[in-house]
Amino acid sequence: MKHFADLYTQLDQTTKTNAKVDALARYFEQADAEDRLWTVAILSHRRPRRTVNSTLLRTWAAEMAGIPLWLFEESYHIVGDLSEAIALALPRQQTENPRSLTYWIEYIKSLGQLEEGEKKEQITSAWNSMGYTERLVFNKLIMGGFRIGVSQKLMVRALSQYTGIDENILAHRIMGNWDPAETSFESLILTKDPLEDISKPYPFYLAYALEDDPEELGGPGEWLAERKWDGIRGQLIVRKDELFVWSRGEELVTDKFPEYHPLAGLLPNGTVIDGEILPFKDGKPLTFNDLQTRIGRKNVTKSILKKVPVAMMAYDLLEWQGEDIRHYPLHERRLLLEQLMENHPAGGVLLLSKTVPFSQWEVLAEERNNSREHHSEGLMLKRKDSEYKAGRKKGDWWKWKVDPLSIDAVMIYAQRGHGRRANLFTDFTFAVWDGDALVPFAKAYSGLTDKEFREITTWVRRNTRERFGPVHSVEPTYVFEIAFEGIRASTRHKSGVALRFPRISRWRKDKPVREANTLEELQKILEVYKG
Amino acid sequence: MALLEFNDKGIYCPTADVYIDPWKPVERALITHGHADHSRWGHKHYLCTESAKPVIRYRLGDVQIQSIRFGEQVTHNGVKFSFHPAGHILGSAQIRVEHQGEIWAVSGDYKLEDDGLSEPFEPVRCHTFITESTFGLPVYRWKEQAKVFEDINAWWQKNKADRKVSILTAYALGKAQRLMRGLDESIGPIFTHGAIENTNQVMRRQGVRLPKAKRVSNKFKKEDYIGGMVIAPPSALNAPWMRKFKPLSIGIASGWMALRGARRRRAVDRGFVLSDHADWNGLNDAITATGAQRIIVTHGYTSIFTRWLREERGLEAYEAQTEFEGELSEINETGTEE
Repeated sequence: MKHFADLYTQLDQTTKTNAKVDALARYFEQADAEDRLWTVAILSHRRPRRTVNSTLLRTWAAEMAGIPLWLFEESYHIVGDLSEAIALALPRQQTENPRSLTYWIEYIKSLGQLEEGEKKEQITSAWNSMGYTERLVFNKLIMGGFRIGVSQKLMVRALSQYTGIDENILAHRIMGNWDPAETSFESLILTKDPLEDISKPYPFYLAYALEDDPEELGGPGEWLAERKWDGIRGQLIVRKDELFVWSRGEELVTDKFPEYHPLAGLLPNGTVIDGEILPFKDGKPLTFNDLQTRIGRKNVTKSILKKVPVAMMAYDLLEWQGEDIRHYPLHERRLLLEQLMENHPAGGVLLLSKTVPFSQWEVLAEERNNSREHHSEGLMLKRKDSEYKAGRKKGDWWKWKVDPLSIDAVMIYAQRGHGRRANLFTDFTFAVWDGDALVPFAKAYSGLTDKEFREITTWVRRNTRERFGPVHSVEPTYVFEIAFEGIRASTRHKSGVALRFPRISRWRKDKPVREANTLEELQKILEVYKG
Repeated sequence: MALLEFNDKGIYCPTADVYIDPWKPVERALITHGHADHSRWGHKHYLCTESAKPVIRYRLGDVQIQSIRFGEQVTHNGVKFSFHPAGHILGSAQIRVEHQGEIWAVSGDYKLEDDGLSEPFEPVRCHTFITESTFGLPVYRWKEQAKVFEDINAWWQKNKADRKVSILTAYALGKAQRLMRGLDESIGPIFTHGAIENTNQVMRRQGVRLPKAKRVSNKFKKEDYIGGMVIAPPSALNAPWMRKFKPLSIGIASGWMALRGARRRRAVDRGFVLSDHADWNGLNDAITATGAQRIIVTHGYTSIFTRWLREERGLEAYEAQTEFEGELSEINETGTEE
C-alpha cells in the first residue's frame, strides 16, 4: 500500500498536469501488474462494492480515537471528507504497511459476508497496521469517491507513457464493463481486442467551445454544421442482437430508456451510433429539465414515458457492419448513417440530426441566432473530413453555443434565505476553477424550483464543512449553470469580474465538479463582452 | 462580581478597572502578546512583557507602553497581576490575576511545544482558566517541529534542484522567525519580504539570533532568487510582488494546512502543518495542568470544545465571545470571503 499511498501524496501535492502524469507513469512502472490494473480501475471510477457502511466506520473510528461520536461527527463536518477525518482522528501510528493495494482491495471485498463484529475487528486491525496516508487511502477504497485531481484522460496519458500504446487505443480498451478481479493488465490493457466485449462503447469525441470567429476555421465548404441538441450525449450499440445504451458519463443506461429497446431487432448487428438522448414529443424536443425528471428515477413509469418520451438524435456512425469506422472521414460516416437509417426505419425513435446548410459563415451565424427556436443550444461545427477522435480534442469539432453569457460554476458557500425561505438555503456563492483552487465570482439567489431548494438544503446541512456565522462552506460537489446579462471588470472581487443579474439557469447534476468552467474562461467572456 | 468579565471592549477586571487584550480603546490595557488582534490601537496605557515590548512599540509607535518581567507582580486596587510564558511567540504571556485568594489565568494564544524562540509555556495553577480553542478539534494534532522542518528543507532542496524559487508564507511576527530558524541555511540564500524583515530587525536589536536574510528589493535580479527561499506574509500571495520569482513553488506554514481542503482551496504547492497554537492534545494537557475547575473558552471551535470539556471532562466550561482571530488571517480566511 505504501507505493499507492506515496502516489496519492505526490498527486495531491502538485497542481501541475505534467507532474501528475509523470508521477503516475513512474508508479505504473514500479507497481506489480495487479496493483497497476486496480489503479487503472480506481482512476476510471471502478471501485470494489462497498462492504461496510459509513455509520459503522464513524462509530469505530470515534471509539478507537477515544472520543464521543458527536465530537467525531463535528470534526467530520469541518474536515468535509470522511476518509480524511478518520485518518486524522485515529491515534498516530508510525508504521508503513508492506501489503499491496490489491491485497487491501481483496481484504475489503472479503468483508461483505462477515458479521458486524468481525467486520469491526478486521477494519480496526487494518487501521492499526497503517500510517496516516495509508489509512486515508484505505478509507477511500472502502467508501469510493476517489477524487484526487486525476481525470481519466490524465490516467490514460500516463498509461500511454508507460506502455507506449496510443492513448486512443487505451481509452477504448478501458471503456465499458470490466472487473479487475476477472481480467488482467496483460489482457485488458496490453493485448485485448476491445470488440470481444459486445457491450464495450467507444470513447466519446467531445468538442471544445468555439471562441474565435468561425471565419478563421477556413472555407465554409470544408465544414458541416448541425444543431447542438440539449439532451444527454449517448452511444447506442447493437451487437449480437443485443442493445446497449451508454451515456457520456460511461454509465450503462439501457434500462432507463425502454423506448430504444426495439432497436435491437431493427438495426443490423455491428452498429454503433453516436447521438443525443433527447426528450422528444409531438415532433419537437422538450427541454433538458424535462429529461432530468426521468434521469434520476429508479423506475421508469408509464406516466413518465408518456410525459417525457425520448428519441435518439443520431449524429454519427462509429461501427458499421461490425467494423470500427472511426477513421473514415465524417462525410463518409454520415452517408453510411443516412443509408443505414433509410434501410432500417425505426419508427421515430431514431432521428437523424439534420445538417444546417450554409455557404457563408454569416448565413450560419444567423442560423445560430435562431437556435432557440429550434430548441437547441447552438450549433456544432464539424470538419467534413474529420475522423472520430477519443476525448476532448481541439481542431476538427467545435460547439458554437447560442448564448455565451452563461458559465458552469461550483457552489462553495450557502446561506439561508429570508422570510418565506428562512429555513432553506437559497443564497449561494459560486466559484470557477483556477488551477486546483475555486475562485468565487458570483452570488445567485434564484432560478431553482422550491423542490430543488429543498433538496439542496438537505444536502447543505449534511455537507457543511465550516460555518462563518450564517454562511456555510460546503464540499465543492455540485455544478450549476449560471446565466447573466452582462459582465464587467471589478477590482473588488477576487475573480476580477462582476456579473449583472446572475441567476441559476439549471442544476447540472450531469456534470462532474472538475468540469465546471475556469477563471480563464470567465475572463475570456469578459474580454469578449465587457463594454 | 466576577474577577474577570467579558464586555463589549474586552476582558475586564472591574475591581482593578483594567482590561486584558481589549479590542476597543480603554484607559489601561494588559497585553498578552504583539499580534494585531490582541494588541490594538488606541489605548492610553499598555503593559506587556519586556520581550514583547519592542515589537509592540514598533507596531503601535509613540504610545505609552510599560513592560514587566515574567513572574513579576503588579497590583491595581488590590488585584495582583503577573505575566507567565505562553510559548506562542517571543514575549507572549498568559496573564495571572489574583484577588483575595481567587486566581484566574488568561491564556491569550499559546502552544506547549518549545519552538526555541518563544519563552517556553509554563502552566499557571488557577481556579478559572480562560483558554483559546483555535485548533480545538481532535483532528488537529501536530507533528514535532523538527519533522516539519525536515519536510520544509527537503522541499526547498528539491525546488533548488528544479531551479525554482521557494516561497513560504507565514505571519510576519512569530511564525516567520520560527521558520527562518528552522531552515537549513546551507541550501541557499534566504530572502524576506519587507514587512518581515522590519520585524526581524526589531528582534535582532533585542538580541534574538536569526539567520542572515536579504530583504527582497529591486537591487536583486531574477536569477539571484533562483534556489533561494523567500519568506513572505500571507497577504503577498497572489500579489504582483510575486511575479519576480517565477518559476516558483509556494508553501504555506500554518495549522490549517492539516486539512486537505483548506490547503487545496489556496492552490499552493505545499502546505506545512506548523502552528503557534496548541493542538488538540496541547489544549487538553494545558487545561489539566492548570488544575482549574472552571474553563472559559474563547476564539476557535468554541462551542464544540466547550461541550467536550463539560460533557467528557466534567469541567465547568463556558463559551465567551471575543474579537480574537487565532490563526485565521494566516490563510486570509475571514468571514465569507475566501
